[in-house]
Amino acid sequence: MNAPFLEQTARQTLAVVDCDIHPAHRTPGELLPYLEPRWREHYQTYGVHVRQALSNALMFPRMMAAGMRSDALPETGPAGSDLDMLRKQHLDPVNVEFGLLMALSKGGMEERNPGFAAAMSRATNDWQIDRWVREEPRLRAGIVVPQEFPEAAIAEIERCAGDRRYVQIMMSSRPSDPLGHPRYWPIYEAAERAGLPIGLHPVGYNGGHPSTGSGWPTYYLQEHYVFVACMESLAASLILGGVFERFPKLKVVLVEGGFAWAPALAWRMDKHFEKFRKEVPHLKRRPSEYLREHIWWTTQPIEEPDHARHLVEIIDWIGWDRLLYSSDYPHWDYDNPSFSFKFPMTEEQRRKIFRDNAVALYRLS
Amino acid sequence: MSRHVVCPADELPPGSRKVATVDGREIALFNVEGRLHALLNRCPHGGAQICKGVVTGIAKSAGPGDYRLERHGEFLRCPWHGWEFELATGQSWCDPRSTRLRNYEVKLEAGAELVKGPYVAERYPVTVEDAYVVIDL
Amino acid sequence: MKMPYAGAIDCDLHVPAPSMAQLLPYLNDYWRDQIVNRAIDRMPFAMMSYPPNAPISMRADWRLQSTANPLEALRAHVLDALDLKFAITNVIHGCVALHNDDMAAALCRAVNDWLRTEWLDREPRLRGSILIHPQDMSQAVAEIERLAPDHRFVQVLLLAMGERPLGRREFFPVYEAAERHGLVVAVHAGSTYRYAPTIVGWPCYQFEDYVAQAQAFENQTVSLSAEGVFQRCPGLKFVFLESGVSWLPVTMWRTDKTWRGARPETPWVDRWPSEIIREHIRLTTQPFDAPDPTAVAQVLDRIGSDEILLFATDYPHWQFDGEDVLPDGLPQAAVRKILIDNALATYPRLAQRAIGGETAAIKEDVR
Repeated sequence: MNAPFLEQTARQTLAVVDCDIHPAHRTPGELLPYLEPRWREHYQTYGVHVRQALSNALMFPRMMAAGMRSDALPETGPAGSDLDMLRKQHLDPVNVEFGLLMALSKGGMEERNPGFAAAMSRATNDWQIDRWVREEPRLRAGIVVPQEFPEAAIAEIERCAGDRRYVQIMMSSRPSDPLGHPRYWPIYEAAERAGLPIGLHPVGYNGGHPSTGSGWPTYYLQEHYVFVACMESLAASLILGGVFERFPKLKVVLVEGGFAWAPALAWRMDKHFEKFRKEVPHLKRRPSEYLREHIWWTTQPIEEPDHARHLVEIIDWIGWDRLLYSSDYPHWDYDNPSFSFKFPMTEEQRRKIFRDNAVALYRLS
Repeated sequence: MSRHVVCPADELPPGSRKVATVDGREIALFNVEGRLHALLNRCPHGGAQICKGVVTGIAKSAGPGDYRLERHGEFLRCPWHGWEFELATGQSWCDPRSTRLRNYEVKLEAGAELVKGPYVAERYPVTVEDAYVVIDL
Repeated sequence: MKMPYAGAIDCDLHVPAPSMAQLLPYLNDYWRDQIVNRAIDRMPFAMMSYPPNAPISMRADWRLQSTANPLEALRAHVLDALDLKFAITNVIHGCVALHNDDMAAALCRAVNDWLRTEWLDREPRLRGSILIHPQDMSQAVAEIERLAPDHRFVQVLLLAMGERPLGRREFFPVYEAAERHGLVVAVHAGSTYRYAPTIVGWPCYQFEDYVAQAQAFENQTVSLSAEGVFQRCPGLKFVFLESGVSWLPVTMWRTDKTWRGARPETPWVDRWPSEIIREHIRLTTQPFDAPDPTAVAQVLDRIGSDEILLFATDYPHWQFDGEDVLPDGLPQAAVRKILIDNALATYPRLAQRAIGGETAAIKEDVR
């Protein structure tokens, strides 16, 4: 499976850009100061309103310490809530030059109440700057948007986009409709106008649909897999829906959904393009061309095939300029740049994946 | 191979664990109900410090819906990806042939035996009356 | 590539689904009354997944004139043209999507009897699939038991998307019955559309639905592995029909990797999921979703076994042009396995063909 007893002693000397770091709230009330009084009261009275039975727990409990690295628990608060620990455990030893925050916790992306979704998005975005980016200059924020309410999403993009500390727009990879649907297009228009990529990240909550087209899985092993399936479906929807024809400058980053599936999906779409062409006359080129031009992938959790050559072939197809290193700190399936990449890379390829691709895409400086 | 006195036995009582740096290597030491284990403090998979892992048993089953936890205290779950390793051998449960934690011989020895040498006393003056945790590197 | 020799086994081929009128003789008087007097016999039961006039549903040069005899056409287009030894027919009938379990089960029985009489009795190279309604396991098991004595039925047929993932324990009685009788469980692309066909909702286009079939098979592969279906039924094989192929390696890699950390939740999974998949799951070759010989060879290399693929034409669906029934780029040694040997190893009833029961009497309990 892995190189037998791989012993890697090299320290991480290369500066890296980590495209997936999760900041957490120290206390349940951490966002309250960032909410207007009306929504503060709402939060305290009703809490979040999402599409599942349990209000404050995952429907597929994770295997490790609530989904966290079990060595990442600070003395107070949950994993990911302590900036100092993030520095000591990750930013410093891994030599992170820039770290992109992915603020998942009840951010508004999956909230059902339209006003509260917008308020939580605003609060989360202000909180990212106030608690994290202002304190730690290596960090960058992502604009969380109430994606099911595109008008509010656009307002939030416009409110934040002038501040270069926000480097992308963040949406859940489990929306209520496939993201190629025209109702989301105004968001893409705003993203293009702001010159910001859209980062799609899995969230713990669903968008109103079971995890598979055949209903709900039973085990976490299955639920973990659907991170892949949702990225595949979203990529297909964006491409076949003609989003990239309509918004030729739009860039989409698929975070934490793997990348090795990309050639197979592209081949499948291309294979059937001729047969379905009359149904999608808005497409001017083969689906794979849109995929390779408009989509980026983060690396974690990196695929670990038996043979390293398989991964290299796949990256050769995708392009070494399309992958962005991500750690997913402090989550359980964390990838460390010194250990997790068990396939050969040239120095140039390594530099691209670990740093240069992200610097160029997000215009980091 | 060199023998190293890591610490007095009473610094690693049953139910405890500690990390010792021996000959430049970080070694995770576990005392599980009197059984001592010494492992290189790094998971060969993702690089986690395995001293932070959970010591537990192994889940087994005779078929779908059958669950039991066996061999309590004989396994370590890596603190990151949850890979399971047998403490006694360092072997990965899922992939015993090609994935293992490096493990070392470790035992308690009486000071009276140790003074006969040869060993490397890292930090501990050895006295004849006490017992010590000793590992072979 | 063209068919290199005679004697291949086509593991996925479709005869035109019967109309309700054609099924009436195969229903008992209660169901005939229901179907006729509720005017259900005037409803087309075509599946949403396969719009009859969409290009994917019918290769242009295989489209039938209304006067044509479909069996003659099948012979001319496939059986004789490719000089096949066997062809396994799969009738994808819309009845499996009905909510009324009893009506669906009655119609499945009728479809199966129709297939037997109208096709299997007339063409000895054809083999059949037992269509079952996937929501009522006791009726599904009864249907398997009813038809199992007819050894021309070589598998049980399910759709890739239904109400629940196929690994769920409620399906175990069906799988145990299949295993008991030496039947394979075949899963064909398609959905009863109980839910959106993707995790992210209802796509705008048929094209997306079709692409999403691969994700359905991915999820079913993970479900079958995680739930311990093959620990329960170690002799059972699943065949995925019209699933595509190139998705499989990544599904194996991901499942293996996640399993190493998630193993204690499903402790009956006592081997690498990829090992279980390679031993128990088979995929048919059309559509082969890889663009060129290099990619085809890469896919096979990544799958890590040449025993997984089974030849299929998917007739009359439009998956290939002309006579190029197999993609170029398959390793030479794999071709014979894909065309013949793998099917014989997968389908016990094809291998032991002549033994006894082919025409064994079947209990007539519905006519």
